[in-house]
Amino acid sequence: MKSLAELAAIREKMQDKVIIRENHGNLRIVVGMATCGITAGARPVLNAFVEGITKEGLTEKATVVQTGCIGLCQYEPVVEIYNGDEKVTYVKVTAEKVGRIIEEHIKNGKVVTEYTIGAETK
Amino acid sequence: MKELSLNILDIAMNSVKAGAKNVSLILNESENEFSFSVTDDGCGMTEEFLKRVTDPFCTTRTTRKVGMGIPFLKLIAEQTGGHISITSRAESEYPDSHGTTTTAYFNKNHIDCLPLGDIVSTVFTLIQGSPNIDFEFKHIFEGRGEVSLSTKALREVLGDVGLDCPEVALWIKEYLEEQYSEVKKYKI
Repeated sequence: MKSLAELAAIREKMQDKVIIRENHGNLRIVVGMATCGITAGARPVLNAFVEGITKEGLTEKATVVQTGCIGLCQYEPVVEIYNGDEKVTYVKVTAEKVGRIIEEHIKNGKVVTEYTIGAETK
Repeated sequence: MKELSLNILDIAMNSVKAGAKNVSLILNESENEFSFSVTDDGCGMTEEFLKRVTDPFCTTRTTRKVGMGIPFLKLIAEQTGGHISITSRAESEYPDSHGTTTTAYFNKNHIDCLPLGDIVSTVFTLIQGSPNIDFEFKHIFEGRGEVSLSTKALREVLGDVGLDCPEVALWIKEYLEEQYSEVKKYKI
C-alpha cells in the first residue's frame, strides 16, 4: 500500500531539485483544458505528457501546464510547446502521438511537423 | 463527453476559474443511484446569472459566445431521469461566505447513464493544473467503504515541494488507484 512515508521520501529527494527546476525547465508544454479540450480528449493527453516526461527523466527540461480555451476548438486537443518566445502548436493530439512528441521534440528538439497545425490546415 | 468523470472535470474547472481556494468533490454511489457535487469558495454567481446558467448562450468565456459545460451536465443527468441543482452566492453580495455548489443526480441503472470512467485521471488533472488549490475528494460507496484524498494532508508532509511536482502527481494517482482496488474487493 502507498503510504505518506513514501511521500516524505519524495519530498527529501525533491528538495534539492526545486531550485534547479526553477532555473531550467525551459520547455513549456501547454495543454488546453476547457470544455472543448476535455470533450475532444485532452485529459488522457495531459496525463500521457506528465507520465512520459517523468518516466523519461525530463522533468528538469520541460514542465507541463494547463490552460483554458485558446479559440481553436475544432482542432482540440491542442498542445502548445514554448521554447522561450518560440511556439509550436500541435493539433488533434492523442495519447499515442504524445510518445513521439516527447521522443523527438522534447528530447531531441526536432518538431514533429506532421502533427502541427500547419500540416493539418494544408 | 463519454464519461461522467469528464463532466466532473469540466464542472470542477469552473471552480478553478472562479478563483476558489478550496474545492470539494463528493461522489456518492448506492445500488441504484449515483450523485456528485462540486463545492467551491470561488467568486460565485449572482441570482440573475444563476437563472441563465443552463442556457448554452450564457458563458463567461471570451473566445466565443457559447458555453456547453452546464447544459451538457443537465442533459446527461436528465436522460437518466435525474436532475441537477446549482446554488451560489456571489462575492459581491456575500463577501464572507461566497461560492457555488453544483450537484448532479443520476439513476445509475438507466440505460442512458454514462459510465463514470477514469475518475482518478480527473482528480490527477485537477491537482496537477491547480497545485495551489486545496482539493478534498471523496467517493463514497454506500455500505462498502470510500476512497478519499485531501491535498491539505499531503501538503503537511510535502512542505515546500509542490503538488504539481510530477513525481508527487504520479504518487497521488497510484494512491487513489490502490484505494479503488481495495473498495472493489468488497463488492456486494
